[in-house]
Amino acid sequence: MSERGFTPNEMMTIAASRALKNDDVCFVGIGAPSAACNVARLTHAPDITLIYESGTIGTAPDVLPLSIGDGELSETAVTTVAVPEMFRYWLQGGRISIGFLGAAQLDKFGNINTTVIGDYFHPKTRLPGGGGAPEIATSSKEIYITMAQTRRGMVEKIDFFTSFGHGEGGDHRKRLGIETAGPTLLITDLAIWKPDPVTKEFTVVSLHPGVTRQQVQETCGWVVRFAEALDETPAPSDLELNTLRDLQARTKAAHEGTGKAKAA
Amino acid sequence: MVKFLPLKKAVAENLNNGDSVAFEGFTHLIPTAAAHEAIRQGFRDLTLIRMTPDLIYDQMIGMGMAKKIIFSYIGNPGVGLLRRARDSIENGFPRSIEIEEHSHAGMANAYEAGAAGLPCAVFRGYRGAGLANVNPNIKSVTCPFTGEVLAAVPSIRPDVTFIHAQKADRKGNVLVEGIIGIQKEAVLAARRAVVTVEEVVDNFDDLHPNLTVLPRWTIAAISVVPGGSHPSYAHGYYARDNAAYLEWDEIAADRGKFQAWMQANVIGKSAGDFAARVEHLRKAA
Repeated sequence: MSERGFTPNEMMTIAASRALKNDDVCFVGIGAPSAACNVARLTHAPDITLIYESGTIGTAPDVLPLSIGDGELSETAVTTVAVPEMFRYWLQGGRISIGFLGAAQLDKFGNINTTVIGDYFHPKTRLPGGGGAPEIATSSKEIYITMAQTRRGMVEKIDFFTSFGHGEGGDHRKRLGIETAGPTLLITDLAIWKPDPVTKEFTVVSLHPGVTRQQVQETCGWVVRFAEALDETPAPSDLELNTLRDLQARTKAAHEGTGKAKAA
Repeated sequence: MVKFLPLKKAVAENLNNGDSVAFEGFTHLIPTAAAHEAIRQGFRDLTLIRMTPDLIYDQMIGMGMAKKIIFSYIGNPGVGLLRRARDSIENGFPRSIEIEEHSHAGMANAYEAGAAGLPCAVFRGYRGAGLANVNPNIKSVTCPFTGEVLAAVPSIRPDVTFIHAQKADRKGNVLVEGIIGIQKEAVLAARRAVVTVEEVVDNFDDLHPNLTVLPRWTIAAISVVPGGSHPSYAHGYYARDNAAYLEWDEIAADRGKFQAWMQANVIGKSAGDFAARVEHLRKAA
């Protein structure tokens, strides 16, 4: 906790939640994306449609799920569909406005690696892999990415293309026949980034309160570009912060098995 | 025609060394009891198929039962990596393993194609993704109408599929509800299917007709194993044991600790032990 009263991670989650609109239909990844989406739902976007790849459409969990298929996601959903239907009708069918992804490795064009560190066939570290992400990245109308900044995570060259962002930049997506916009927003624990309209390289457009350009550069593996007019991200409001903290406290208690038992 | 059998017999009659086998369940209704029975019976050289390999495949891989895995997400969701699977892929311990990796969309479409009796699945996928370069089973076809280039993957046709479900009726029809995942497709794509259920009821007469039902003639054997999907869950019966998923990370991190856990909780136990494991979770469901 900084003397400002919130952590960089809290700032990241809240900044990400603000980017979501009430009429968004959002394909939600586990972790920070899930926290951000649910804070949005509990504050300014009560009607947002949250979809988890297990097939739950319009879910409104009271605690954050540990997996994409926790029971609460189905119990609170508008409907639950089979996994093939989820990927065929809803994602490939073009009904998702925002795909919200995290990353183990990310490059400046929004390409994501969650598959391996090192060579694919002789990996140094075998990560979980893509799951739904390869198609979320190309079939959702836009992609938001969130991750904490480290030089190991934000790299010049990712080891494996789990999910395609803007490739080598420019019109690379179009050249591959991908018609969706791809990554349009990156929210880290230090800053908000948007792709350059022409080169598609992520550019810092807003620094979180108290963060310096130098900190952003020191925690990033490529040479960072900053927008000419650099904003400061508004600090979390009491409502945002309390909503996030309550959600995380409920979640922690539930996952440790000490949560409130629901009325029998 | 479907037979009601004790789990030990159902597994022995339907699984063989060298089979391709799917123990499916997309986070919900994972057939843990059936997987543990397979581990006790010591099958070898299995090709393990599953979208989300999860704890039971970490256990089978750690026990050296798998020669190949076909999967789309090899993690412990929300917790991290599958450490026995990693040890096999990174270090060849206890044996090296062949991997065939897809995306969820690829696997879901491949099961659906298998259920439909088609040789392959066609969908808009893998664009710009590295998997298409490392998996020779990801190819492409050109739409004969529009000229669009689409991904193609071979259909999945397991020798045998195991799933867990809520209920069977006395005739052997099986009902699945909640997150229905890929269960129906995995059963219909397989040559044989074995289902463990929470309970048997007289009939489904008072239930809504649109619930997912697998007719009895699609299934080889049913075994009644209350709690059989622990630490996964059964919608309407008991909640997911998230604490157990968190604990697994620590157990699987150490080869010795893993072996000790397997001896105490799988090798030395039986399918009858599952009911007690979910007792405290029933109150929360």
